[in-house]
Amino acid sequence: MARSTPVKKAWRSLAWLLVITAGLTGILAYGVIFDNASWAPKLALDLEGGAQITLAPKLGEGEASPSSEQLDQAVAIIRQRIDASGVSEAEIATQGAANIVVSIPGTPDEETLRRIESSAKLEFRPVIFTDVAATSAVGSTATPAPTAGATPTPTSSLATTSTAAPTDASDPNWVSPALFDEYTNFDCATLDTANTNVAPEGEPLITCEAAVDGTYTYKYILGPVEVSGDTISDASSGLISNSQGVSTGTWGVFITFNDKGTREFATVTERLSGFDPNSDSRNRFAIVLDGKVISAPTTQAIITDGKPQISGSFTQESSKTLADQLKFGALPISFVVQSNETISATLGASQLNSGIIAGLIGLILVVIYSLFQYRLLGMVTVASLVVAGVLTYLMIAILSWRQGYRLSLAGVAGLIVAIGFTADSFIVYFERIRDELRDGRGLPGSVEAGWKRALRTIFAAKAVNLLSAVVLFVLAVGNVRGFALTLGLTTVIDVLIVILFTHPILQLLASTRFFASGHPLSGLDPNALGAVYRGRAQFRAPVLSAAKSGAGREAAKRQTIAERKAAALTGADTRTGTKPSTDGKDS
Amino acid sequence: MASFAKFGNDLYTGARSINFVGRRKLWYAIAGVMILLSVLLPLARGGFVFGIEFRGGSEFQVAGVADLGQDGPRADAQTLAADTVTGIDAQASPRVSIVGGDSVRVQTEQLLPEESNQVRDALATAFKVDVTSVNASFIGPSWGADITGSAIRALIVFLALAAILMALYFRTWKMSVAAIASLVHDIVITAGVYGALGFEITPSAVIGFLTILGFSLYDTVVVFDKIRENTTEDANSSPRTFAGSVNLAVNQTLVRSINTGVVAALPVAAILFIGAVVLGAGTLRDIALSLFIGIIVGTYSTIFIAAPIYSQLRENEPAILAHSKKLEASRLLSSGK
Repeated sequence: MARSTPVKKAWRSLAWLLVITAGLTGILAYGVIFDNASWAPKLALDLEGGAQITLAPKLGEGEASPSSEQLDQAVAIIRQRIDASGVSEAEIATQGAANIVVSIPGTPDEETLRRIESSAKLEFRPVIFTDVAATSAVGSTATPAPTAGATPTPTSSLATTSTAAPTDASDPNWVSPALFDEYTNFDCATLDTANTNVAPEGEPLITCEAAVDGTYTYKYILGPVEVSGDTISDASSGLISNSQGVSTGTWGVFITFNDKGTREFATVTERLSGFDPNSDSRNRFAIVLDGKVISAPTTQAIITDGKPQISGSFTQESSKTLADQLKFGALPISFVVQSNETISATLGASQLNSGIIAGLIGLILVVIYSLFQYRLLGMVTVASLVVAGVLTYLMIAILSWRQGYRLSLAGVAGLIVAIGFTADSFIVYFERIRDELRDGRGLPGSVEAGWKRALRTIFAAKAVNLLSAVVLFVLAVGNVRGFALTLGLTTVIDVLIVILFTHPILQLLASTRFFASGHPLSGLDPNALGAVYRGRAQFRAPVLSAAKSGAGREAAKRQTIAERKAAALTGADTRTGTKPSTDGKDS
Repeated sequence: MASFAKFGNDLYTGARSINFVGRRKLWYAIAGVMILLSVLLPLARGGFVFGIEFRGGSEFQVAGVADLGQDGPRADAQTLAADTVTGIDAQASPRVSIVGGDSVRVQTEQLLPEESNQVRDALATAFKVDVTSVNASFIGPSWGADITGSAIRALIVFLALAAILMALYFRTWKMSVAAIASLVHDIVITAGVYGALGFEITPSAVIGFLTILGFSLYDTVVVFDKIRENTTEDANSSPRTFAGSVNLAVNQTLVRSINTGVVAALPVAAILFIGAVVLGAGTLRDIALSLFIGIIVGTYSTIFIAAPIYSQLRENEPAILAHSKKLEASRLLSSGK
């Protein structure tokens, strides 16, 4: 039966909605039980407080404090790094002459602190000499005390230049007797104070490689910088796979160089692959981050595509951190965390409560207005808003678990405002149904025809909203991204609700006697809507009786096609039971 | 209510019609005056006032405060600090938080050196600590040039993409032009009201402006979709001129526009009321004001600006001109009879 199809479709749509809601609830429940998710969304800095981290520049001996341009640049880079770890709406500002204050919600872990403070200056240097680190048990537990022997100043007895000028970066002639003496006496435990991160690029460098546990495994004499990190155009992290494409289970960082970097990298790997990987350490290419060697792999082949991968002692988290850092560039200066303190909310609970009260008042006003305008149909609006509210809540809770999304007061306001935008979809739809009723269709026909037209309009208009959300989310930084996420989320949920809830409910209601007979309280009373067709087999004279008077001519001119069709039908068609064509109006 | 439905019916059939398109000169004149005022009034007040998030400001940290427990006294301490600062400079708009367990951080507008000293003394007295434990420094903008820059870049990209999307969907670039024109109108007026009232531009207000941008375009697309329907379906056989068809579409969607405007504005009005009356200045008031004005202006401009501009842009196309002439001729013919 043709009549039963919309009803069946309606139940199917509602079932889908139930599946989606149950699915989202399931995901969140999983997060709550097995992970650190919570049923309530997390709150942002302004409502919940968090941590205030003060960063001070790490300056070498006699180095001038950073310029304000450098500080601004550092703030911008730190912001991008924090943004990349999730949508947490951090607050980052310079303080005084040289400090940077980062306020983030929640309690930052080690990884977050590292993400913020380290400069992430990446350099590729060829290995000239290497050896096992002299001290095997150093690192966080040891207390490095720079001794005179550790960082020796070249004494006059040792020549500071070699006998021959070096020809390329791998040339052992870079190593003067004085440098070699320094290398021999270098204690990796003093690496943190040796300022290797600010070493000049054109000079050889003595440094060490750190293992996962923080101990130093190898120490190196490296040649001058051959490829510098600022030629990296993109970086990502992932599991490294072997030559057969099978995952090796170790995490790495994948780098894409720009043209300059690609060229330089090809030249260097060409030279290095000429050394024997088994006997000559000069075959190795050290990847140096902030003055420390991450890894120094052997060069098996010439890399010409400019897409090397860095393996080393990475975890999933630390590889992502490094990739994000490399992507947004190195900080112009290194910083050190000076203080890390908890900070209270600036707004607090009273503001949030007021916001929620305002939202409730707004919602009640919307309900009253909807009932006033659309009678019982208004209840459909209210029910749709409630369902939309439930889905939005679930999504926000899930996003705050997975993406670090945090609800600020502005975000709460945005959600309240979304009530109005969401309700508009229903209004557009209802008005279309009413238009169809006015054209003389029966209710089920009006619901289907009105839906077709309304959906087109809703899609077009919501596409604009979604576009703005996506563009702002991708291109903007800071608070704007949080806003874009909220807008995009509510837009998608809105469309979902109108398709999977509002329309099916109307399809079902259209099959009930109360609505189909056009009860005055249904909000779809064809009589009140001045319909030309009233119920089964009853036509009323269409509203163009006044066409003979002067003013009426204008009205006749403004008559819609459907009206003219209906007029033609009543005039020409003697089979009074025939409905007006149901698809004549679709373009 | 029945009368409102009747109103809707009459608008739909054309029995009642408000001449939005025909009286466009009047609407343009009103828009012109509004835009002029939106530029002049803020200028007369000395330009827009940007918040501490944009300009940076003064920061005071009161260290070693006793009795800052986890729960109770915190809120009191925040009120105490805020009141202390506003007692010296009412325009300082302080933001107070508790840092660590025992210090109070106050961020204010950039203060003059003597004011800054007064605030230090006052804070020291209020929290019963030595003046030396109150540390004053400058705090840079947390909404830096990089955020503004990226937001503006994103906006330009969005407007360009939205214009292309609309041009493709409606199959005419003239709708894009009309929609963007009314969008600019909305933004200028919303910002103008902000400036004229002397409200501080805060990040919340900016977020509000961005929302308005979306709403304005959204509302225009809904009405334009009806215009597209009316003008493409009848095209040459229509008994109406092009302007007449556009006007009918606006009239037919008028009830929708009013209902949507009201429904969107109601929750915002509630936030505005709670924000401004109960809480005073703050995030809620900032965002609600820009939204409230923006929703009203956005709904208004679709009807009074976007539709007439679109009609005007198309009226002189040869096909449409010919159609109008034909209608004009037949009208003269029938009235001459």
